[in-house]
Amino acid sequence: MSIVLKDVSYVYMPGTPYERAAVRDVSLTVAPGEFVGIIGHTGSGKSTLVQHMNGLLRPTKGVVEVDGVNLAAKGEAARLARRKVGMVFQYPEHQLFEETVFDDVAFGPRNLGLDGDAVEERVRMALDFVGLDFAAFAKRSPFRLSGGQMRRVAIAGVVALRPAYLILDEPSAGLDPRGRDEIFAEVSRLHAATGTAVVLISHNMEEVARLVGRLVVMHDGAVSLDGPPREVFRRREALQAAGVDVPGVTALLGRLAARGLDVDDTALTVAEAATAIAAAVRRRGVC
Amino acid sequence: MLTDITLGQYFPGSSFLHRLDPRTKLLGTIIFVAGIFLAESPAAYGLLAAFAAFGIVLSGVPVRLVLRSLRPLWFIILITVLIHVFSTPGTVIYALGPLTATMEGVRQGALMAARLVFLIAMSSLLTFTTSPIVLTDGIERLLNPFRRLGLPAHELAMMMTIALRFIPTLLEETDRIMKAQMARGADFTSGNIVKRARNMVPLLVPLFISAFRRADELAVAMEARCYRGGENRTRMKELRFAVRDGVAFAAVLALLAILGALKWNVPLS
Repeated sequence: MSIVLKDVSYVYMPGTPYERAAVRDVSLTVAPGEFVGIIGHTGSGKSTLVQHMNGLLRPTKGVVEVDGVNLAAKGEAARLARRKVGMVFQYPEHQLFEETVFDDVAFGPRNLGLDGDAVEERVRMALDFVGLDFAAFAKRSPFRLSGGQMRRVAIAGVVALRPAYLILDEPSAGLDPRGRDEIFAEVSRLHAATGTAVVLISHNMEEVARLVGRLVVMHDGAVSLDGPPREVFRRREALQAAGVDVPGVTALLGRLAARGLDVDDTALTVAEAATAIAAAVRRRGVC
Repeated sequence: MLTDITLGQYFPGSSFLHRLDPRTKLLGTIIFVAGIFLAESPAAYGLLAAFAAFGIVLSGVPVRLVLRSLRPLWFIILITVLIHVFSTPGTVIYALGPLTATMEGVRQGALMAARLVFLIAMSSLLTFTTSPIVLTDGIERLLNPFRRLGLPAHELAMMMTIALRFIPTLLEETDRIMKAQMARGADFTSGNIVKRARNMVPLLVPLFISAFRRADELAVAMEARCYRGGENRTRMKELRFAVRDGVAFAAVLALLAILGALKWNVPLS
């Protein structure tokens, strides 16, 4: 019971001069309830990879299974399996189209064939998760909201499908720091409250490091590192090769360690780093 | 998915055809098309086919790709053939109610289909070997003499460049919105025509909004740079005719002459 990718490769426009392998022989498993971060340089194949997870792209080579069902298969089973995986694209607010926020969020549930009451319940739940007040927003036009609110409506539209796995591609791109913090807080609340597995693609190393239980680093279409954030961020050379930065505080601790301070350099947050530095300084007995 | 469309897609290369001046290729294509309408005898069709085949070989574009550009238009070709088969008077070979297929119709239909295939193959060869930007540059230069008659040549070329520039962008956007809506359970492929049209709404509304947004942003960006059309602008790349352009012109004009000779029975020697 999980998303399993086996030796997946994907080639864009095969047979033309524009041919380009975006994903090369990637094998990856996302277990239910996991919180996985995917990081990598622009063009490293992150977005292409995750589009395989709900069958939007068919692998050129390899197999994708969701809860044991091959997504490439025809028929009802594969369709239901694809529905278990919700996908929030980059700039999801560009997909809004309905006259009211309610109708837009209800688009997915209605396509699932739910009746009026069940749809409304889903919409309430989804808007609640993204921090929008149902009474205040349901009847408004999605095109008259602020950028951050539009994005939340769009994310609610996917959350309303109640996927077992939720994929978010750069959900914070283009938002101000506050909007970014709010989106990440909502996603982790959703993860904690419902046990939905989350796959998060992000450039924001600090946030990813703090939120996820597992970090996958993509480089040139392949997985170069895969493990808990603390272990991944210890592999500085591999990260550098992949063109990925470590979080600022982790980088600072690394430099302190390189200068000879006996400090635990795996801290991921400012608070952890402060504790680690204080401990190291105390060990040295300077103050 | 959608991004695999090839009609009008540039195929990078450095063949003889790629290096020709875009004006040569545009005029050459027009002359070739004129030649198609002069062709009547099997010999003329053979000559056209040979010329087109030679062009394709010379361009280095895979034949498969050229043939693929015919695909979106096969329906039109089929309809044309059917109309000819059933509407030309002559020896009846098959009757379907009031409709009769004739021997002459089959012949006429086949020739018409061949004409369409040549037409499409040659014009896609033009776009395969000429990047859209270079092509509009050529069009602008060809239209320049008409400026005195009040034709806004530069503005037209500019509009075409912008339109061409945004086709891939909008295709990508369409692809992305389609995927996003499909991930929410939208269905673009089944149901009757009314249902299908209604199912397009979740795709078309966001697409229009984004097209207008992009147009607006581009207009602002151009105004911010004080863009003001063609007056006194210099070019980074000047177009110049070379010897190879003369050779190409000679070839198509010779083709046209022979086709004309075949049509009006002028003795060739």
